[in-house]
Amino acid sequence: MSQPRTLFEKVWERHLVAPQTDESPAVLYIDLHLVHEVTSPQAFATLRERGLKVRRPDCTLGTMDHSTPTTPLDIPIMDAQAAAQIEQMKRNCAEFGIPLYALGSEYQGIVHVIGPERGLTQPGMTIVCGDSHTSTHGAFGALAFGIGTSEVAHVLATQCLLQYKPKTMAVRVEGALRLGVSAKDIILALIAKIGVGGGTGYVFEYCGSAIRALSMEERMTICNMSIEGGARAGMIAPDETTFAYLEGRPFAPKGEAWERAVADWRTLPTDDGATFDAEVYIDANALEPMITYGTNPGMGMPIRGTIPDPDSISDPSQRETLIKALKYMDLQPNTPLLGHKIDVVFLGSCTNSRISDLRAAAALLKGRKIAPNVRMLVVPGSQQVKRQAEAEGLHEIFKAAGAEWREAGCSMCIAMNGDQLQPGEYAVSTSNRNFEGRQGKGGRTFLASPLTAVASAINGCVSDPRELLEPVVSL
Amino acid sequence: MPEPIRPFSSRFVALPIENIDTDQIIPARFLKTTSAEGLGAALFYDWRYDANGAPRSDFILNQPQAQGARILVAGHNFGAGSSREHAVWALMGFGFRAVISTYFADIFRNNALKNGLLPIQVDAETHRQLFSLAQEAPDSQLYVDLEAQQLVLPDGRAVTFPIDPFARRCLLDGVDQLGYLLNMADRIAAYEATHPQRVNTLSA
Repeated sequence: MSQPRTLFEKVWERHLVAPQTDESPAVLYIDLHLVHEVTSPQAFATLRERGLKVRRPDCTLGTMDHSTPTTPLDIPIMDAQAAAQIEQMKRNCAEFGIPLYALGSEYQGIVHVIGPERGLTQPGMTIVCGDSHTSTHGAFGALAFGIGTSEVAHVLATQCLLQYKPKTMAVRVEGALRLGVSAKDIILALIAKIGVGGGTGYVFEYCGSAIRALSMEERMTICNMSIEGGARAGMIAPDETTFAYLEGRPFAPKGEAWERAVADWRTLPTDDGATFDAEVYIDANALEPMITYGTNPGMGMPIRGTIPDPDSISDPSQRETLIKALKYMDLQPNTPLLGHKIDVVFLGSCTNSRISDLRAAAALLKGRKIAPNVRMLVVPGSQQVKRQAEAEGLHEIFKAAGAEWREAGCSMCIAMNGDQLQPGEYAVSTSNRNFEGRQGKGGRTFLASPLTAVASAINGCVSDPRELLEPVVSL
Repeated sequence: MPEPIRPFSSRFVALPIENIDTDQIIPARFLKTTSAEGLGAALFYDWRYDANGAPRSDFILNQPQAQGARILVAGHNFGAGSSREHAVWALMGFGFRAVISTYFADIFRNNALKNGLLPIQVDAETHRQLFSLAQEAPDSQLYVDLEAQQLVLPDGRAVTFPIDPFARRCLLDGVDQLGYLLNMADRIAAYEATHPQRVNTLSA
């Protein structure tokens, strides 16, 4: 009997072109390389300078999402630099033979939305992209992580990466989520617990009854933010939920190949007795909707909590960090965030822009209006999500409530495409980063779930979604 | 291809802030470029310049001792967040050749080592000492020796730092990591011959 292994170890070992030694990292084969316009141009330039080809254009897919506007597609791109970058992406993909979901394509969208929805993301694969939220794809039991542009060039040219084997951390989430608490709240609670550096050097495996109960889209929300806890990758063992999601998608195996694939995928989950280098536990029963108050995703708390007091922190460096964050956010210690006035609500990003996110938001918004002082942007993750939402009439609910219904892209998560906060504005955002200026220079971000975002949009201030979900709330 | 790294001495700049993310190192709006050149001007842009684009005199990079400094000493967990290699290009564009912290975000460290920016990991005590030194003797010089994996403080104390041995060899010898991978073409082909392709992006 072989040594019990984790899901990560099984996927890692399957992809070793050369093992790690004392002198050199492992050479890891990459099954799928996703490419977008912002982190690839310099990599293509490297290939050109050295006269190299893309080794496997048939294992590579391009999309455009970061610098693309989310205004109607017939409006020309006003930002000359963004337009040039988008044009360069088209030229690069054409020259090197890489399929591209360009702006205007029916499949264009955020790179971490389109991979899964097209069935490209499958259990047991290695997937990389020049984007830290590549961890999203780990929801399928793939080993998926973000890389830099030098590494993008490595994968384009060789389909391989030089990698040291990371450590593993089990993130065990047991119990059942209560009404109004969602996958986003699980991951925000985890990061609040371990901090933004807590997962550095690790690959997470999320497990436990609360994880098993989640849909694929909820699992993607969780794996997506692994990087916000410092882990390059987060994985979830494939199961019937995974297979049901994948079956019939365009790139999923068909017929006998499907049967063989599923049989193989059933061997991937972590073996009984396999050990992790670290373990952390979250009690799902006790979770509440979470919100961040500071300038990194680890500065989070239950929505009815109070902002921590720097004076209560003994470590001087941590104390200074909190003081700086609260100054940027213009918030006072020991006060609640609930009821804090907001200017913008952003529903979108690779964390929370999938059809189930839009459905949950629309269900809460139906028959209601957003507050007159609030601007709400609803940005579907892909053109396919947009079409599906429109087929279900969700866009009409958003528009009737006073929200903007926009084209697919990263939008206000990264604020390099025209969608951004003005200095001093407060936003409740379903995205993944509340860093200073992340959503626009001087803008201030409260990260939360789609339900919390919608409740806050309706009330014009930070709000607990449970008050709208239940007629009588006993808290 | 980065230049081989030789030992060097330099003044240093201290930025005692924890969890400095790559959005601070270079804000996303500067990522619409298709080049790696010229990004030093955007380094820490929103900390360095006020709303009107004027340099903020209270920010360390705008002060005289930062000019010509090749070493940045930053708070715990430097380089968190986005994978943007532009963060490394911006730091190097400004003139930095090493960043010292207690630990680094994984993607940032990889990006740094690919470009010849040394991520020097030190213990908490040395870290504290460097921040004290920055206040007491801001013109102090540090000496960095990659071959010996040593950081030498002004008092002569040598601190050994860990570094991935492969990256170290590459940086000392000017070995190109992409070239190393390209030389493995036979092994890559052998792997491909025995492992069926998982998805064909050109097929649908």
